[in-house]
Parts: sequence; C-alpha cells; structure tokens
Amino acid sequence: MVKILKYLKWVFIGLVLLFIYAPILLLTVYSFNASETINRWEGFSWTHYEYFFNLENQPLQIVIQTIFLALVVASLSTLLATVGAIGIFYSKKRIGTALSGVNQIPVINAEVVTAISLAFLFVAFNLPKSTFIPLIIGQMVLCTPFVILSIIPKLKQMDNSLYEAALDLGASPTKALFSVVIPQISSGIVSGFLLAITLSLDDYIIAAYTKPNSFQTISTHIYSLAKGSTVNTIKSSYWALTALLFVIIIIAVVVMNIIANKKADKKS
Amino acid sequence: MTITKPKLHFSRKLLAIPYAIFLLVFVLVPLLIILYYAFTNGDTGAFTFENFINFFSGTGKQTFFESSRFKTIVQSLFISVMSTLLCLLIAYPVAYIIANCKIKNKTGLLLLFIVPMWVNFVLRINALKELFSWIGIYLKSDTWNIVNTILGMTYDFLPFMILPIYTTITKIDKSYLEAAKDLGATPARAFLKVTLPLSKAGIMSGVSMVFLPAMTNYVISNYMTFNHTKIIGAFIDECFKNDLWNLGSVTALILLTFMFIITGLTGGFNAESETGARGTSLW
Repeated sequence: MVKILKYLKWVFIGLVLLFIYAPILLLTVYSFNASETINRWEGFSWTHYEYFFNLENQPLQIVIQTIFLALVVASLSTLLATVGAIGIFYSKKRIGTALSGVNQIPVINAEVVTAISLAFLFVAFNLPKSTFIPLIIGQMVLCTPFVILSIIPKLKQMDNSLYEAALDLGASPTKALFSVVIPQISSGIVSGFLLAITLSLDDYIIAAYTKPNSFQTISTHIYSLAKGSTVNTIKSSYWALTALLFVIIIIAVVVMNIIANKKADKKS
Repeated sequence: MTITKPKLHFSRKLLAIPYAIFLLVFVLVPLLIILYYAFTNGDTGAFTFENFINFFSGTGKQTFFESSRFKTIVQSLFISVMSTLLCLLIAYPVAYIIANCKIKNKTGLLLLFIVPMWVNFVLRINALKELFSWIGIYLKSDTWNIVNTILGMTYDFLPFMILPIYTTITKIDKSYLEAAKDLGATPARAFLKVTLPLSKAGIMSGVSMVFLPAMTNYVISNYMTFNHTKIIGAFIDECFKNDLWNLGSVTALILLTFMFIITGLTGGFNAESETGARGTSLW
C-alpha cells in the first residue's frame, strides 16, 4: 500500500509537469513544421525560424523594442525603488508603514483596474500616449513596488553598525551610503531589477492601455493577431520564439543548478 | 556627534520623498479619479448614485438577475472559485511532495514548475490555446469555453499557488510531526492536525494571488474562448473602450472594495507577510 502511494506520488508530479509543458512542447515541435497549421505535419523545415530572424519582418523588430522598453522601465524602477526603499527604511515608523501599505496596492490590485485608473489620469493630465511617457510610467507603477519588496528585506538584514562606523571614520553620509549601504543591499537591487524586467516583458494589460497606437510589444502584438484576421506567417513565426525562449530558459536553469550544486559541494 | 546625528537621519529620511510623490500621483490620485467617475454623472459631472443604480438594474424588460451583467458576474465568480480550487488541489500535493521528498536537489525540482512562467504570458496562453484546438476542445461549446477558461487560469496562476505553500511547508518544524507520531497519531491524522494548520498562511497567500486575477485577467478568458466567455475584467475593458467610463468605474470600485476585503482577511497589506512577497520569492 505504502509502495503504491510512493509510486502514485511521482505519477501525479509527472502529470502536472505534463500539463505545464505540453503546450510549449507542442509549439516547439510544430515550429519545425513546413506548414503554418498545427493539425498536419508536413515535413521538417526552418521556415518559421528564417522568417523570425529576418530583421525586415515585424516579429524580430517587436522583440527588440520590447526588450529595450523592459530595460528602460526596469532601470528607472530600480533607481526609484532603491532610493525609495532606503528612505522608507529610515523614516518614522508610521510614515514607513503608510508608504509600505500604499506600495502594496499595485501589487494586489487587479491589473485592469490599475490600467484604467492610469488611463483616466493621463487623460486628465492631457498626456498623449504617443510620447511613451504613459507607457513607461504605467509599467513603472507595475514594477517598482516589487523592486521595493525585494530591497526592503536586505535593508533589514543589514548590519547598521557598519554605516555608523563609516561616519565615525570620517565618511560623509553620501559616501557612507554609496560605499556601505548600497553594497550590502546589492543582491536585493539586482533581483529586483531582474524581476522588473520579467514583469515588463510579460505585461499585456497596462501596455494595452498606455502604449502609443503604432507601438507594439510582444504581448500586444500576439494578442492582436489572435483577434483580427490572422496572418499565419507572422503567427507561426512566434512559435519559433516560444521554442527559442523555452530552450534558453531550460539552459539557464540547468547552468544555475550546476553552479548551485558546485557551491553546495564546496560548503559540505 | 550628538549634534550631527539627528541631522544625518533627517537626510536619509528625505530619500523617501520621490517615491512618496510617485505613489501619491500615480497610485492614489488615479484611484480617486475612479471614485470620482463612479459617483458623478457622465454629462454634467454632478454627484449621483445613478451609476450604482444602473449597474444593479436590468435593461429594458429584464430584471438585473436576468441581465447579461448579472450573468457575467456569476460566471466570473464561478470561474474564479473553480480556478482557485483547482490550483489549490494541484499545488498543495505538488508543494507537499517536493518539500518532503528525499532527493538532493529540491530547488531544481521546484524550478521545473516555475520555469514556464519566464516565457511571455501571452505566448504561453497562445500555446495552451493551440494545444486545446489540437486536442479538439477549443470553441466546442459554451460549457467547454468555461472549462477552458478555468484551465487557462489554472495553467497561468499555478506557480503563484505552489511557491507560497512550498515555503510554509518547508518552514514547519519537523519535531512537531515527530511529537505527533510519538503521541500515537497516524500519518493522516498528523497531517490534518499539524501540517495542514501550519501551512494555512501559505494557502491563504496563494488563494489571494489567484482569486482576484482569475476574475479579472481578461486576456486569458478572451484568448481561450475567442471572446465568447466574459469575465468581470473583460466587462471593465469593454466599458472603457465604449466610453462608458462611469459604469466602468463603478465596476472597478466594486472590485477594489473586494480586493481590500480579501487582502485584509489574508493580511496582505503587511509587506512582511507571505502575500506581500508575491513574485519576489521567485528570485
């Protein structure tokens, strides 16, 4: 009985993994299909990849501009959040709690509510979408709270006496901040930055409400293809992107794991 | 030193100001604008409860309970409850098995469940849609549309349920379980009396991360059903696109109230709680 249970346990894990990976694997297989449909296999071909990697075609341009947007948004969010988190950490308890509470609103709120509230604001301020400012601010509202959340715990773990020591040794507060506080919270800053990038790359709803009409991100472009009369060549070239992303991520995870294992071995 | 110290603390506190202004202008003011539209008349801007009355009344000869709006709300709640339950039913055993298995690389196994999240969300939903149309259950009937939406939500939000539950289970002090065993509890009883209550925080946090998005993420429902199944998020989106700002704001306000209640119940406004760390635990 116990043995069957042990066996069933791994069957269950396997089934859940199948549910998670089946869609991506299906697209990976059909990204090599000569035709543009999923239903028929018409022989192996690189067509979709060739189309995707041609810079004259839309998909690659859109991928590049989405990545560029994510870098801009993540950098600005990280800068704002690093300064903000240090400020929140050193402010009076009541003010700190209030700010952390408001910081939670975009985290928990439904994205569509955040998006329309921002759209109302930009209309009221008469800020045209074509300037990209609404898009960048909108995604910053989405990302910055998460960066704050990844920095604050590092500030709490920080050894505060080092800062005092730096001051006693004659460092100016600014210098002490940059050479003592920032290095101690750097891991939080880096992980916050990475999180901001993934949030921006993943975002559909905020971008849909705040982006310039002519500008597309990966998310908004694929969504628009699903709605309208579908151009199959473009649509199926995104299968190639799905497959590529999947392979890149798998490689990254395997490498991360090997590094983590080596570290663990060294420790033991 | 005694003279300069208060001044130094003062200067570090000032660093909070830019972010405080940012939160005020881009988080609080926009919510106030929603409040304004919810309580004003579209033409004259005069204060009114009309929008709420309109929201909860029928159109033409129908009563509210026969209206399409009521159908959207019920359908949306049903999808959300079922998605949350399904996520919980899958995520709890997964988290429990990984946390208690004897293999060396638990984080690696856990990562397998998280990794697909790093593929763009619309690409992932697109992949699921293609899989469903390959199997032949895409756009088959109204019932299948609802089932597919629930599966889509579950597919997308599952990691948000697995992570917090896994974290709480690994934090449980093993000596409690040993004590229960020594006192004669069967494994099943020990699980019900020790592990389950101690992992409640993780469950609450997971539920709060799935429930609201499953009611509002209209990208998933529109994609999985080719716009046939409407949820509350899609309703808000349509209101905005059709210039029904007052009606959209009322709906958004109801959702906001809902959000504050759920968050209050699950303790999410405390940034140190599990809920506060949504997503941050991924890194």
